[in-house]
Amino acid sequence: MSQKLLTTKFFGYRRANGSVGTRNHVIILPVDDISNRAAEAVAASIPGVLALPHAYGRLQYGDDLELFFRTLIGTGQNANVAAAVVIGIEPNWARRIAEGIAQAKKPVEYFSIEGQGDLRTTAAAARAAARLLQDATGLQREPVELKDAILSTKCGESDTTTGLGSCPTVGRVYERLFEARSTLLFGETSELTGAEHLVAERMETPDLKKAFLEMYKNYVGAMEASGADLFGSQPTQGNIAGGLSTIEEKALGNIEKIGRLKVQGVLKPACPPAGRGLHFMDTSSAAAEAVTLFAAAGAVLHFFPTGQGNIIGNPIEPVVKLTANPKTAATMSEHIDVDVSGLLTGRLTLEQAADQLWETMIRCASGRLTCAEALGHREFVLTKLYPSA
Amino acid sequence: MSTPKLADLETSAPAALAHAGPDSVGVAVRDLQPGDPITIHLLNGSSLSSLKAKTAIPLGHKIALRDLRRGENVIEYGQIIGEATADIPAGSHVHIHNLRSRRWPGAGEKA
Repeated sequence: MSQKLLTTKFFGYRRANGSVGTRNHVIILPVDDISNRAAEAVAASIPGVLALPHAYGRLQYGDDLELFFRTLIGTGQNANVAAAVVIGIEPNWARRIAEGIAQAKKPVEYFSIEGQGDLRTTAAAARAAARLLQDATGLQREPVELKDAILSTKCGESDTTTGLGSCPTVGRVYERLFEARSTLLFGETSELTGAEHLVAERMETPDLKKAFLEMYKNYVGAMEASGADLFGSQPTQGNIAGGLSTIEEKALGNIEKIGRLKVQGVLKPACPPAGRGLHFMDTSSAAAEAVTLFAAAGAVLHFFPTGQGNIIGNPIEPVVKLTANPKTAATMSEHIDVDVSGLLTGRLTLEQAADQLWETMIRCASGRLTCAEALGHREFVLTKLYPSA
Repeated sequence: MSTPKLADLETSAPAALAHAGPDSVGVAVRDLQPGDPITIHLLNGSSLSSLKAKTAIPLGHKIALRDLRRGENVIEYGQIIGEATADIPAGSHVHIHNLRSRRWPGAGEKA
């Protein structure tokens, strides 16, 4: 491996609160569904800023509302975001989110539409967005350490090649990042089914093990109590086409992504990790929901192994995709950042595959667009715990 | 039956891989035809066993490495991935037609 590949540095953005980012977005963040239009209008008049429309933000309550605020504030606080403009129908929640984002020592302004209308609000917010964008583009990338970065992983459209090749490749890279003292996230609570006992054994302390098993039982217990037939949903039709037969088999492949590491933390959805090392987060196994939650917890680069070819991206967290399936690598090449199908034919060792992923990680962290970014994939999907009032 | 794959003979590329020594299934890493002679390799490159494919097995699908009896646990990654719902001869395709989850077995099939 060349010296360049071994580097634990990349060219990133150092933020005022000490976090490091791989991107420099100015986001236009609607508080609620009915403010999407204004947010998108601002992005249309100020090219270079990024609107993050979503479906929720009205009449949520309790834990679901807390998760909503945590996700929006965390998204704004992410080190890949240089500045934020928050737009809501009412001033109170817009202010609450803006004040939360400002705690990361980040420029943020908020606007509310009631009493103003879309057009006046859009004009004022666009003025602020233009100024924030100019300031953001004046920031320079500088050499930063991977130890100051948060990274995440989750796989999708898995098949047997993910368990054999692409997930173990991420596992090796996660082991190296752990040695480099980075902060690492994984999740997918339901897709640990059949391997949850193995993950429980990886927990660093008995308290963590207890917390993990409780989260697992709450999540999967609710699914099972629904009485729904989970077969066909887990594994998915795509998983089955790719040769996966049972949820146990899918889970055993899934957990290859954490290599042989111990787990130092157990997080509620969208909660930022308190320390370095590997952390489990209680998330859905749906790709866009999980990546949105990781980004809200501060993750600035995501590793996404796929078998049959999931195409997900995220607006603020670059998603690096890898596959060990030679058919997917050939037929969906525009989506695949790293082809590790040589693992199946003996042309590539796991360490060589990890070297390739490491190099792509450094390049993409330093500014090269991932396939998903180049193709315009910006799936920003909030997790909803239960119906709104 | 397909013609022998000369390229595979020359490079001795594995036809199927297994995760762990105790596994009762391996994974085809190319499309296999009935009668194809198959060497099973572990991920570290060492060869585990040899057998003949009994059925067609698409890339990424599982092959029984030994005879499996109905009701027997099926082992991959050295772990239980489900139970055989039929007798499965060595070399046969193993998938949802003869393997089901013990955790989420599907409608009407919960024990």
